[in-house]
This record gives sequence, structure tokens and C-alpha cells, in this order.
Amino acid sequence: MSALTAEVIGQRTRAAFPQVQPLATENGRPFLQVAPGDLQQVLRFLCSERDLRFDTLMDLTGYDLLKYPMVPPSDAIVVVYLLWSHVHRHKTTVKVLAPRADCRVPTASSIWPAALYFEREVWDLLGVHFEGHPSQKRIMSPDDWTGHPLRKDYLYPVDYHGVPHLRDGQHFEHVPARPGIPAVAPAPKKSTP
Amino acid sequence: MTIEATTPSGERMTLNMGPHHPATHGVLRIVVETDGEVVETCTPDHGYLHRSIEKIGECVEWPLFVPYTDRVDYVCAMNANLAYCIAAEQLLNTSPTTAVTVPQRAECIRVLVAELNRISSHLIAVGAMAMDVGAYTPFLHGIAQREHVNDIFERLCGQRLTYNYVTIGGVAFDLYENAAEQITAFLDAFEPEMVRFNKLITTNTIFRDRCAGVAVVSRDEAIAWGLVGPNLRGSGVDFDLRRDEPYGIYGKLGVRVPVGQAFAGRHGVVGDCYDRYLVRLLEIQESVRLCREVLKILPPPAAKAADPVGGWQADVTKVIKRPPKGEVHCRTEAPRGEMGYFLVSDGTKVPWRVRVRTGSFSAAGIFHKVMRGAFLADVVAIIGSFDVVVPEIDR
Repeated sequence: MSALTAEVIGQRTRAAFPQVQPLATENGRPFLQVAPGDLQQVLRFLCSERDLRFDTLMDLTGYDLLKYPMVPPSDAIVVVYLLWSHVHRHKTTVKVLAPRADCRVPTASSIWPAALYFEREVWDLLGVHFEGHPSQKRIMSPDDWTGHPLRKDYLYPVDYHGVPHLRDGQHFEHVPARPGIPAVAPAPKKSTP
Repeated sequence: MTIEATTPSGERMTLNMGPHHPATHGVLRIVVETDGEVVETCTPDHGYLHRSIEKIGECVEWPLFVPYTDRVDYVCAMNANLAYCIAAEQLLNTSPTTAVTVPQRAECIRVLVAELNRISSHLIAVGAMAMDVGAYTPFLHGIAQREHVNDIFERLCGQRLTYNYVTIGGVAFDLYENAAEQITAFLDAFEPEMVRFNKLITTNTIFRDRCAGVAVVSRDEAIAWGLVGPNLRGSGVDFDLRRDEPYGIYGKLGVRVPVGQAFAGRHGVVGDCYDRYLVRLLEIQESVRLCREVLKILPPPAAKAADPVGGWQADVTKVIKRPPKGEVHCRTEAPRGEMGYFLVSDGTKVPWRVRVRTGSFSAAGIFHKVMRGAFLADVVAIIGSFDVVVPEIDR
């Protein structure tokens, strides 16, 4: 058991996959950026290699980069894999950018079965399709829900099966508007008696 | 030819448990397909309690999200508050201009309330599990003790279930006047009560045999399926974030970690329902010890709230409006296991992304696997042994 630093983990991965980029966030949190095509191989490598042995998927989540203040601006969906090794007691973060137009990422459920549920959640809330997932369906929202709520351009639906979400004259005004993103849903249709 | 209960009959029946079922601890729906008494497939159906907490996180300011964390897990709301607040503090501490130092007294109070809440949460878990397998009385004993914890919390912050007590930078109020005496009195009375509780149910042969060897999750399975907390330790993995990745003052306290060891005896297997049950009971004992330790090292109160030693709330009103840009992942040990917050900040007063990873979510993920081949009557015992709280799954 020997915990490796983020730097060494980055070097080890880069030695096997030169296309992997060890980067850091604005506040200095290191992560490995992987292209969707290499993802499964890199994750398998991180999981099976003796001195890395990331046997646990701590968390699998994501967020939308649309209008995130960064240079250059991006509209991709970031999928974040937070890995932990119970053997060596070290951790790492893997990120993959899924293009908004073709939001597909290979599944990690063949490596860690824990990903089965996490990927369903990310599909439900962020609309990332995990290729190879045995039952890619919504987990929290109803099956016939439209849209993926955690996307920054998500518009609140006016009603669900005829049940209005807003009372007459009510708006989603409490939602803080971010520049360039409409926060308020279209005004509810007046129901005709 | 011998006919056993597990011999397949070929006759299939589909049973719908929940969403309103007394043993599903909230609104969890499970569709079970059975062959005679044996479960063939189990399909959990989630979302009945989905309140879009992560979406709300992107719409409210950093400190205003704390009350919502209560609702992530209302059985241990103190721990849920704590997890978010520690993550937010870690984010602030990534830049020297916004760094926050939580006063020592506040750190002690946080551990104190978190451990008291762990006691009450585990009492619900073990009591409800006993109730699910047919022993009603232990549940009442557990609930009666939990009331005392709720009384303490009520005097502390005015609430009995959703506290909104831990804040970014400390805690909302200092301890009330004779809190230490009242907590000590509770712990003194609680320990003999637990002996009675154990006599009543833990050493009960029927209960033990009922749980022994049921729904065994091996060590490797528990790790691969991402189980956390008591469910992971029940499978024999010696891992507790309070000891192995200490936050707050846990590093000074020396947390002792109970691990599943086939406690049920002859028929017991490491990682069965009984191990998960007993690990929780042993954790209650450990929490009692931690509460006493914390009361010993609690610094005396200071006049000012922001006093670095005797204060209870560091001043974060300015820095929280301009947190550093970037992200942070912070995990803490809640009663249902790792509660991990992944926060992304774009440098404004509203978070870009708030992600909660909870223990019940991963526990629910393994249901369909452990239920296969179990007896129908054991389904409720299995749900009880994993101690899932539905708001944590659905959020």
C-alpha cells in the first residue's frame, strides 16, 4: 500500500496514454482530461494497474459548461469520474468533455458496477448518453419527462400531463438569470373553460 | 424426490411493493418477480421523492442552500449540514483571500451534534430493521432514546428534525447554558438502555438466525458496487472517513472502527444482514465515547462569536459572496456512509453545480443483485439492513 500523488498518477497515465492531459482547475485541483474515445481504456487501466488500482468509483457526475466563464468558451457537458483506491488510499479525478451536439460517452459500468446507477442519473439530469449501458433510462424524473434539468439551457415545463406547474400570473422569477440564458419559462397558456 | 422451498416451480408471480409500504422507509417502490417464495428479479423504481435538490443548489446563494441539505437526509440532518458546510469551507480555503478558519469551539460542537445525530439515526436504523423482521418492541425503545436526542437539539436550535444548525464558518448558535450536563446525563442513562436493547434483540436467537447469512455482500462486491459507511464495513472493509481522511477535529479523537466479522456465529457470513446490523450498534457505542471525549476538550465560550478559540461562527458574510472560481470534492462520514459534495463555482454568489453523493443511492444500486435468490420474507429485512432513506436516493 503506497499512496501516489496526483502528479505521479498523471505521469503514469500519460506514459501509457500520451493523449491524456493532466490539467488543474482554476483553484488548483488536478484532474486528467480524456477524450471520449479513449475513456474506457484509460479507466480500465486506472482500475487494473497494480500500483494505481482504483477499485472504487466514489462518484460519477457532471455539469454543463454552457456560459461558464472560461477561455475559450465551451458548450460541452463535462462528465466527472472521481476514483478512489481502497488498496493504496489515493484518489484521482478523470474528466471527459461530451460535445453538446452528440452527447455520448462510453459506459464505465463494465469496470465498476456502481456506475450503473450513477450513469442513469447523469443521463436523466444532464442528458449524457452512456453507450453500452444495459438499461439507460431515467431514474428520478418520470420516463416521459422532456429535457434534462441540470442543463443550463433547460426551460421549466409549463405543465405535466395537463397539470400546470404555475398558478395564474406566477413566474419562475426567483431563478437568478445568468447572462445569455433565459431563466423564465414561457408564460403559461391560459386555460380556456 | 425432495421438495425444498427453493426448488423452482416455474410459476411466476409479480409483486408490487410500495411506493406506500410500511417496510420501505419512505416512498420506495420495488417490483419483485417471484417463483414460489424465492425472488427471481427485483426492480427498484425511484423518483417518488425527487425534489430536484441539485437543481435548487444552482438557483440559491451558497449559504442559503444549507436548509436544503437538511432535506437530503432528514434522519441525520446535522451530518448533512456538516457535509455541505465543510465542502463550502474547503472551496473558500483554496484561495488565501477568502480563507475561513472555523473556531475551535465550533469544531467541537459540530462533532458533538454530528455524533449525537449518528446515535439517533442508527437507533432508527436498527430499530426499524428489527421491526421489519417482526420484532416491534425494540423499535419503540430506540425511538424513546431518540426523543432525548431530539430534545437536546430542540433546545439547541429550535428544531427536532431539520436543524439548519451547522453553517458555513461554524454553527448557528452557541451551546445553551447547561448543554454539557444535559448531554452527559443523556449518555449516562443511554448506555444501560443499550444493554437492555441488546438483551432484547441483538442476542435474540430468532432475530440472529433470521439475519445470519442473508444477502451476503462480499468484500470485493461491496467495493466494486460502491457501498459506503456501515454497509461497506459490514462486508469487512476497514474504512472510515473519520479515521482515514479526518476532517474537523476527528483526527485528534482517534475513532475506533468496527468491522463485520460474521458476528452471527455458526451460520453467519461476513457481509450478511446481521453484520450490517451489528456494525451500526457498535458505531453507536463509539459515538457515545466520542461525545464524551469532545465534551472533555470543549473550550470555554468566548464573548465574541468570531473568537478563534471560544467562538462559534467565523464571519463569512463577505467572502461567501465572492468564492474562488474552481471546484472542490469533499466527503464526510454520515451515518449512511460517505456523503460527498462536489461543488463547482464560477466565482459568483450562486453555485454553478452542487452535487450530492449519498450512501443510500449506492445501497439501492445493489438491491437487484442481492435480492435475487432471497426469500420474499427477507426482502424487507434486506432493505432494513442497508438502512436506505429514500430522500437520499431521490434527492
